[in-house]
Amino acid sequence: MDRDKAREEFEHIEREMETLGKSTASPEAEKRLQELSDQLQHLREELTGPLTPWQRVQVARHPQRPHLLDFIPLLFENFSEIHGDRSFSDDPAMVGGFAWFRGKPVMVIGQQKGHDTQQKLKRNFGMPKPEGYRKALRLMNLAAKFHRPIFTFVDTPGAYPGIDSEERGQAEAIARNLRDMVRLPVPIIVTITGEGGSGGALAIAVGDRILILENSVYSVISPEGCASITWRDATKATTAADALKMTADDLRALGIVDQIVPEPAGGAHVDHKKIAESIGEHLQRALAEVSGLPAQELLDQRYRKFRNMGQFFRTAAS
Amino acid sequence: MAWFRKEKEPLKAAEGERLRTEGLWIKCDGCRAIIWKKDLDANWSVCPKCGHHFRIDARTRLRLLLDDENYTTHDSDVETSDPLNFVDLKSYRDRIATAQRTTKLKDAVITAEGTIGGRGVFLCSMEYGFIGGSMGGVVGELITRAAERALDQRIPLIIVSASGGARMMEGTVSLMQMAKVSAALARMDTAGVPYISVLTDPTTGGVTASFSMLGDLNIAEPGALIGFAGPRVIEQTIRQKLPAGFQRSEFLLTHGMLDAVVPRTEMKAYIINALKFFLD
Repeated sequence: MDRDKAREEFEHIEREMETLGKSTASPEAEKRLQELSDQLQHLREELTGPLTPWQRVQVARHPQRPHLLDFIPLLFENFSEIHGDRSFSDDPAMVGGFAWFRGKPVMVIGQQKGHDTQQKLKRNFGMPKPEGYRKALRLMNLAAKFHRPIFTFVDTPGAYPGIDSEERGQAEAIARNLRDMVRLPVPIIVTITGEGGSGGALAIAVGDRILILENSVYSVISPEGCASITWRDATKATTAADALKMTADDLRALGIVDQIVPEPAGGAHVDHKKIAESIGEHLQRALAEVSGLPAQELLDQRYRKFRNMGQFFRTAAS
Repeated sequence: MAWFRKEKEPLKAAEGERLRTEGLWIKCDGCRAIIWKKDLDANWSVCPKCGHHFRIDARTRLRLLLDDENYTTHDSDVETSDPLNFVDLKSYRDRIATAQRTTKLKDAVITAEGTIGGRGVFLCSMEYGFIGGSMGGVVGELITRAAERALDQRIPLIIVSASGGARMMEGTVSLMQMAKVSAALARMDTAGVPYISVLTDPTTGGVTASFSMLGDLNIAEPGALIGFAGPRVIEQTIRQKLPAGFQRSEFLLTHGMLDAVVPRTEMKAYIINALKFFLD
């Protein structure tokens, strides 16, 4: 169940019980009161228990969840956006620019979704095209040239699957980012703030520290996509969300993310300011951990980090 | 009474001379012509009439590209330990077991060390018959090890892709393989050790979006399906039919995404020549 709906219902029932309690006692009112209190108990469990993976997917996609442009004024000072990939166009689904983080100059890059229909269309629902990934890499190279650390913020259903994307080399753009991010000699701190949708997310998510918001998800395929491939039934997404092990806790257990940033009760959308504060703390700590390292050591550590991901195999007895 | 008496003996079929025709002839997917299987085999599974390239398995690919059978394979006994305990209609373990039985491989890639035109190379050959050639932790690890060995010994690396992309049943673990292999290739790139990527039918998803597109040369067989998103996903997203030839090798060549389209029968000569340019 959607927690927002549950919360509304909870409040509604509370009000009804209050009015019933004031009315004169009658067997019907008594019975209704009992019913309502049972429902309330059920909802309370629903609201306070841990979220299921599928519920987290919904929180991660919540239309009011803060996106990069909401975070920027809360986390950074004096942000200047840089547009375009200098070879084809400017992709509004990928936003980047320079800013100051607690007094230090940094490069900020990330996907941008939208809160309302108009914004969503403008931002292509946060699905970048090749020029978006190329812009991101251009900005990262710029940061490296002037020894500035890079913060990336991941929130995308995936790289855009369309005719124009294919014509302009979506795969090549992503591949190049993966290769070049590994060797950028400045700190890269990645934060998964919403949906981490497959290669389109990873293309800006190779870094020295990987943070993830408590209710964010990160996966090789969306639960709906997985469900329609394996069960040939998109409604099995709930089951697929479990099977894919895409929640923050699962990912930390698998060694894919380093830190989980706790969200306010109900999710990040409930309190943008509070979640931004929490992210800020984590970013500062993560940056402090890696910024003192000599460039070569930083690169070696980053290499080893990704080199050792997914050591889930054994040597078979032949 | 008949004028002539007919001997009523049935015609005898010559014992053991029954002609079996199944499997001897194959209909070409390209031109619909009926081809004699032996002609097809002798031509590396390329239709002698229209040049259509049939898919070939990973072992045949080794025979096609390497000089002889004197090659050694590496890490051929590494298999997945199923990181997610993934079960859908069937368990991932069962899928692996079936694929291992039918392909006689532990996972979807063979790493070989051999010679091509007399020059030592590492060759990774992907097996599409193993869960669609998908890349999970084992494929990622084997290719990374090959790249690291190639770098250490300063020997060229060739990867022949045939893959649907990242392996869903290993979730984010398989996604991370894209970064892992790309990291190893970044080191080769920095060190100036050649890497040639050969893309064959089909190469899509996370494999295209990582090592397949990172070669010093990215070359493809004719008519191969190559892309990031699969055609079905694109059709569902844009809700229209895709043009003929979309995402085929020739389409990528015209859009500047491939360095060359090379017929299978000329692939080895092409690679020998390229390595000569890089290294001699």
